[in-house]
Amino acid sequence: MTRHDAIIVGAGHGGAQAAIALRQNGFAGSILMIGRDRDPPYERPPLSKEYLAREKPFERILIRPEHFWGERQVELKLRATVTAVDAEAHSVTLESGEALGYGTLIWAAGGDPRRLTCPGAKLKGIHYVRDRADADRMMAELDAGAKTVAVIGGGYIGLEAAAVLTKLGCEVTLLEALPRVLARVAGEDLSAFYEAEHRAHGVDLRTNAQVVAIEGKNGNVTQVVLADGETIPADMVVAGIGIIPAVAPLIAAGAKGANGVDVDATCRTSLSDVYAIGDCAAHASAFALGATIRLESVQNANDMATTAAKTICGDPQPYHAVPWFWSNQYDLKLQTVGLHTTHDAAVTRGDPASRSFSVIYLREGRVIALDCVNAMKDYVQGRKLIEAGAKIPPGALADSATPLKEMLA
Amino acid sequence: MAQFVVTTRDGTPHRLEIRDDRTVMEAIRDAGIDELLALCGGCCSCATCHVYVDPAHADRLPPMTDDESDLLDSSDHRTAQSRLSCQLPLGAALDGLSVRIAPED
Repeated sequence: MTRHDAIIVGAGHGGAQAAIALRQNGFAGSILMIGRDRDPPYERPPLSKEYLAREKPFERILIRPEHFWGERQVELKLRATVTAVDAEAHSVTLESGEALGYGTLIWAAGGDPRRLTCPGAKLKGIHYVRDRADADRMMAELDAGAKTVAVIGGGYIGLEAAAVLTKLGCEVTLLEALPRVLARVAGEDLSAFYEAEHRAHGVDLRTNAQVVAIEGKNGNVTQVVLADGETIPADMVVAGIGIIPAVAPLIAAGAKGANGVDVDATCRTSLSDVYAIGDCAAHASAFALGATIRLESVQNANDMATTAAKTICGDPQPYHAVPWFWSNQYDLKLQTVGLHTTHDAAVTRGDPASRSFSVIYLREGRVIALDCVNAMKDYVQGRKLIEAGAKIPPGALADSATPLKEMLA
Repeated sequence: MAQFVVTTRDGTPHRLEIRDDRTVMEAIRDAGIDELLALCGGCCSCATCHVYVDPAHADRLPPMTDDESDLLDSSDHRTAQSRLSCQLPLGAALDGLSVRIAPED
């Protein structure tokens, strides 16, 4: 059995940064990074934005050029899936049956898109957006003439895909099962703003729309059926309905975790010498009153990777990075900082009608998060209010004539 | 072939070829220099590709947008030479450009 000092499972943002940070922090042992994709690590956010829109070719979204990994003595094993972990023996088994030994394991496998389960879910023309192959399949169908698209799910992936597809000239219907889009990740004002924007750009956006079946002809999707019986014509369906953390082998090996795999402040799982980072790593967050949460973001993947690498290299620093996130739709640049989940009040700063405004979330009078739309100053300055735990009267926050930085005592 | 020079944090200059379809950030990343996180991939949403541009070349660069300037305000190391390298498209006109990678925030 071949043995590596460190095995990284997953070649996304987290896995790539883990390898980079291990080398930067002086890790001299052998590193193997195992990825399911056929490609070396690349950025995933552009798959529903610039890559899908063909504004950026694939080479421009590589996290590093392919030769970089060899130069840093990071061995890549692509098109490979880990199916089992033996924590006692310190080994992983691949789908091919090959077993590999590790000194330290970093689990950065992310998640799999949650699949539709309704009748018709296996028809051709139904897409998920998680890896390059997913985006390439969509682009091939668009080239072949797909024009009428039903997007299922009004989260960031669904909204970004709807924005790009509309720009490409498709007729897009967006179906959200809940009463508002972005319900899981943002407050009501922001949801209402994005609903109006998508409609203004020609998207037929429906909320409270429950998909009960997808129907087709000759194996190809032709329409989506809603609970009230209405049918939505579609020659392409894009589903963005969340991810399922890819942690089954770790949990089977005895790692603790209910939603993902649990990690401590230095990204250690309950298994010795096994770390987990990124989308699949459930951690206690000071930004959510200590609740155990998972964050699906580049920031979280990157910063957890650095935390794990430093810990492995003998410099443990608890993970405490302020969460941030971005989403580009049309000419709207949304930037989020902090976590809004525990807020008890929200203030809208600026006029949404001007298409430049922020929603500021407070808990017990303290600023805990901001959603900033075309409002870069608020994003940059608001972060400092969060870091300071600043207590600022809502009336003052709402005064967009006064910069947020001037509110910090 | 047009070239530009990037100086890494340890003071080492690296001479890189200019490719028309890339930004300064991408050229630095693609050269295997991993001092820039460039987390947002170049869409001007973070400030992790901060460089200092030699003032002698500043007038050959596109002007700074408000967004870029606001993001640079988040750095403790901003100077009059600060730019986000993802906002600097390369081209033959930048032959001889010299940039230095800013300290990590």
